[in-house]
Amino acid sequence: MKVRVRIQQIGIAQTVALVLLALVALASLAAGWIAPSSYAEQFRDSISAPPSARFLLGTDDLGRDRFARLLYGTRVSLLLAPAAALLSTLLAALIGGLAGYLGGRWERYVTSGIDLFLSLPWLFLLLAARALLPLNTSPITSVAITFLLLGCLGWATPARIIRAGTRMLVHADFLTQARAGGISGFRLFWRHLLPNLRPILLAQFWISVPVFILSEANLGLLGLGVSEPLPSWGSMLRELENYAAVLQNPWMLAPVVLLVVVVGCLQVVLRTEERIAC
Amino acid sequence: MLAGLTWKVFLRQARRILLTALIGGLLGATLVRLGPGFGVDERELDTRLSQESRQAIRSERAADNNIGMFYVRYLKGLAKGDLGFSRSLNRPVTELLRERLPLTLGSLGYGVLGGVSIGLALALASACWRVPGSNIAPAMLAGACLAVPAAVIALLFLWMNVPGRWAIALVVFPHVYRYAKNLLVATYQSPHVLAAQAKGLSNARILFAHVFAPAAPQLAALVGISVSLAFGASIPIEVISDTPGVGQLAWKAALDRDLPLLVNITVLVALMTLVANSLADIALAAWRPDVTREAA
Repeated sequence: MKVRVRIQQIGIAQTVALVLLALVALASLAAGWIAPSSYAEQFRDSISAPPSARFLLGTDDLGRDRFARLLYGTRVSLLLAPAAALLSTLLAALIGGLAGYLGGRWERYVTSGIDLFLSLPWLFLLLAARALLPLNTSPITSVAITFLLLGCLGWATPARIIRAGTRMLVHADFLTQARAGGISGFRLFWRHLLPNLRPILLAQFWISVPVFILSEANLGLLGLGVSEPLPSWGSMLRELENYAAVLQNPWMLAPVVLLVVVVGCLQVVLRTEERIAC
Repeated sequence: MLAGLTWKVFLRQARRILLTALIGGLLGATLVRLGPGFGVDERELDTRLSQESRQAIRSERAADNNIGMFYVRYLKGLAKGDLGFSRSLNRPVTELLRERLPLTLGSLGYGVLGGVSIGLALALASACWRVPGSNIAPAMLAGACLAVPAAVIALLFLWMNVPGRWAIALVVFPHVYRYAKNLLVATYQSPHVLAAQAKGLSNARILFAHVFAPAAPQLAALVGISVSLAFGASIPIEVISDTPGVGQLAWKAALDRDLPLLVNITVLVALMTLVANSLADIALAAWRPDVTREAA
């Protein structure tokens, strides 16, 4: 009964999107059991093999099982993009929330800083920061660098919205009452203001996740994302540059299809979060 | 002759651009100064050089070791239009940008114009023609475009032999459509539009005088944001379609760790984005001073 009421609240499309996302996330988490082989294992007798019972999506030109790589790549992209979104939302909550809470000169400075940061095109900034860091790192380090960069550089847009949300709350009756009750400073911000910003923070988190997934995909396709042999959606998309091979082996499009489905589902979920935040 | 308010907006925007150039330049110089490989000269590896020659090379670069001096020299160069030297391409950055910028600006012009036109036209159709289910197709198209990375859109266009600039339009359009649709629908539902409809004003008059006019500041800002979006999309699109523009140059600079080149490109692109935003604001101030005054 409770489940039916919840479905009615969030809508059928949103429920389907959430179920699909959960299935993809579960499949990627269970990659160790589902995938018949490791993402890096090479089958030299089956290079560029077509789909079969052994290799569901065939193998790539190094003889690696494409299905296993897709599952492990989904794990990297789908679990680390929310981690980066969490980092950027926390940074935004801290910077935007404090600016809105303190007001006055601090707010003006932070707003100018945000405007300046937003005038820098996202991908150019990402490339500049990525180039500053080592390019020849281990795969695990490259994953950490890529998603940490996304998290650290993606705070400006949410910070602006959180600042505006904080300004609306800062003169609310419950905060005035809390102040009159002797609560001030950090406790007021942490215990009374921040929990009331939760719908905005959640909406900003959900907005950031698809943005970061797409950014990683773009970076990966440009060769500046996660290093081989660790797969990610971005690095798997590099196969698509070989048009002739894609025409002959349409199953090579599987990473794009999965990426579009997941980002599409996230957008559907996002609409609900935005509605709740409003 | 520009009115007082327009001048005020113009001066405010000029101050903003100057400040961005200054801060961006300083941040850029810091990045270059702290970047790996700074102060290293491969000539020092030449075993034929004497100790004195090596010392002479080191003293050549000694001035750059002082961050303060480095900033001053960088800013002086920046003021003269000297953006430094690209180590990877062995050419002055200004020369490289002069060669590649027109191509990128051309693509961006087409892309932004196309994206904004398509987005606005579909948003307007969705807002005006409120038949249930009529906006499903454009909403799905916008959703699909938003879910595909710009690089994949570029690949699709490359496979179909369509110029890359139209891929930029496809990246820009969904953002414009979604924002403009929400804005126009909300404006159409506002009391003053209902009053105008009740008075029997024509649809065209309602659209231009009572819907577009109040939404003008946000729509102008949307054009500015589109420029930033288009610049971002230009990197993967130019790389995939092998277009020798600034986006491809930035990618090459990132792969070769050519920070002086990359940082200067980033600052330049940021300034161009700001100029586009400022032009939108100034045009709005000249066209609708009342709206600008209200927004201020």
